[in-house]
Amino acid sequence: MGRFVVRRLLWLIPVILVVSGITFILMHSAPGGPWDRDLSARQVDPNTQRLLNEYYGLDKPLWRQFVAYIIGDFNKDGDFKCGLVCGNLGPSYRQRGLSIQQILFMPPEGKNFLYSRFGYSVRLGVYAMLFAVVLGVPAGIISALKQNTWADYISLFIVTIGISVPNFVIAIFLIIIFASWLHVVSIVPRSWDQVDVWILPAVILGFGTMARTARLTRASMLEVMRMDYVRTARAKGMAERLVIFRHMLKNSLIPVVTMLGPSLAALVTGSFIIETMFGFPGMGRAYVTAIGQRDYSMIMGTTLIYAVLVALANLSVDLTYVLLDPRIRLD
Amino acid sequence: MTTAHDSATETKNRIAALEVATPQRDLLMDGLYRLLRNRASVLGLIIIVLFVLGALFANFLAPFSPIQIHSGKGFLPPAFVEVGPNGYKSDPAFLFGTDTLGRDVLSRTLYGARVSMVVGFVPTIIILIVGTVIGLVSGYRGGWVDNLLMRVTDVVYAFPDLLFFIIMMITLRDTFIGQMLNGLFLLFTSLAVVSWVGVARVVRGQVLSLKEKEFIEAARCIGARDSRIMFRHILPNSLGPIIIISAMTVPGMIITEAILGYLGLGLRPSTNPNDFFITSWGSLLLEGQTAINAQPWLLLLPAICVSLIVLAFTFVGDGLRDALDPRLQGTQ
Repeated sequence: MGRFVVRRLLWLIPVILVVSGITFILMHSAPGGPWDRDLSARQVDPNTQRLLNEYYGLDKPLWRQFVAYIIGDFNKDGDFKCGLVCGNLGPSYRQRGLSIQQILFMPPEGKNFLYSRFGYSVRLGVYAMLFAVVLGVPAGIISALKQNTWADYISLFIVTIGISVPNFVIAIFLIIIFASWLHVVSIVPRSWDQVDVWILPAVILGFGTMARTARLTRASMLEVMRMDYVRTARAKGMAERLVIFRHMLKNSLIPVVTMLGPSLAALVTGSFIIETMFGFPGMGRAYVTAIGQRDYSMIMGTTLIYAVLVALANLSVDLTYVLLDPRIRLD
Repeated sequence: MTTAHDSATETKNRIAALEVATPQRDLLMDGLYRLLRNRASVLGLIIIVLFVLGALFANFLAPFSPIQIHSGKGFLPPAFVEVGPNGYKSDPAFLFGTDTLGRDVLSRTLYGARVSMVVGFVPTIIILIVGTVIGLVSGYRGGWVDNLLMRVTDVVYAFPDLLFFIIMMITLRDTFIGQMLNGLFLLFTSLAVVSWVGVARVVRGQVLSLKEKEFIEAARCIGARDSRIMFRHILPNSLGPIIIISAMTVPGMIITEAILGYLGLGLRPSTNPNDFFITSWGSLLLEGQTAINAQPWLLLLPAICVSLIVLAFTFVGDGLRDALDPRLQGTQ
């Protein structure tokens, strides 16, 4: 088990290298650069651009820049600046004076970590996940226990919608209903400190996951319900409540629990459309903005964080399986 | 001796003359039969056929040209609403209203269906071919080939795919590749580059379990070549999961196109009325987004269309899964 985890974590290294390589190549083949401004705005003059390029090492050949990003490079004064291997994601080209890790992980003064960009995205993801689990699991259980009744059909209907309708389309519908017609919420709130402004984005983001959770719970409950040990438990004269909670639920939730890690990763990394729609101060919106501004190190940093999150989530599936089901062994 | 022989041939003849009580069906026909008995799937199929026809014959069906600007008739609400929230009276000629410039929403949506249909199908076909070949070779060869291919798969799998699409589209949009087919070519390639992984994994899993079966051993014993075993024996037997996964892939592609279009990164809007691809649902959603309060109908029609077509494909996918692999009923 320990060896397995270590091997999988080591496997992250080539993954990060390849992901950053591809991103690097794509990014630098895009026209324009970090010093370009909107056509309407005053442009940075060529001399300043040259100095900036020199300062940030953007005048060096591309392979050298890539090595500098990953390992590090000597700057003009001969000091060695360490790169990704030391956890340094590089300086931002747009928000001068800040490094990428500061932009993403440093909260505004006097606030805790949860108020950083990464913290905001994680919070949104966790709320969405809570919504998905709190609503999805009971819906799946009821649906399975009352199979082929109206309760089952209603829940199946909602689940099908949640699985097939993309979340930004759901967002459009909900915004039209709740913001344009009912005026219950404002779409772009001034501050994210109140609880109620989080409801709409979290519900929209978590809707698909809720549907998938409900569907998975239902399917696995239906499978467990037909198991011999459930019949045995009933034959012993066990109370129905105990049969459901102790025997069926415990076993049927195994696939659901294993899905939680990847779902959370998907929610945190997949939130950028919702973040852009609601003007949310999270990592996803920062990423979209960074791409438009050609903020090279910001694009690299965010992509890498996303890739690592996804890879760790995939690893968590294998591990939770082993923890929950002793019959499964890792190779 | 002769009588025994005669009776044997007679039995043989009798057996040959027997009528088969239930007509024989191969696996695929059987699956099709079961699929057609599934009401949701049939409904899904009908919707898909309608959308395909609507997309193909958009130039006949659309009441107006999708880029024709009716001056002075902008912001008209749909015909079934008398007065829109913006105070404009509707015009029965424009069934679903007009946009900012006075272009007919219905016509634009019909033309948008073309992009969604093509984006749904073309990358899926590429993915199927690439994924199947890689999965087959990887699973059948084993050893270092398998190891190498699966490591490549792992890396692609770890890449956050939507981010990859966004970077690809932004990077190559203004290059020669990005201009081909109004940007559709680039869209197809980026979608295909990432998404073959799922198919390859499924096929490899199938191959691994199939290649130990007796009939493969028999084929090897009579001296069949590897390529023959792979494509004539293993491939047909793993068709079920492949068909299921392709039906599940199509709606994913349509959604991705809509998301990219919504971010302003999809198809380049065309101004030539003779072009086949003029606008897409994603770009319609983007245009509608700006006027969400005053003209919600700009968003509603494309949003409903995206939902409907994705729902239809989900129904068909579910139906196919139940029909081709009854053991999986209701899972996933």
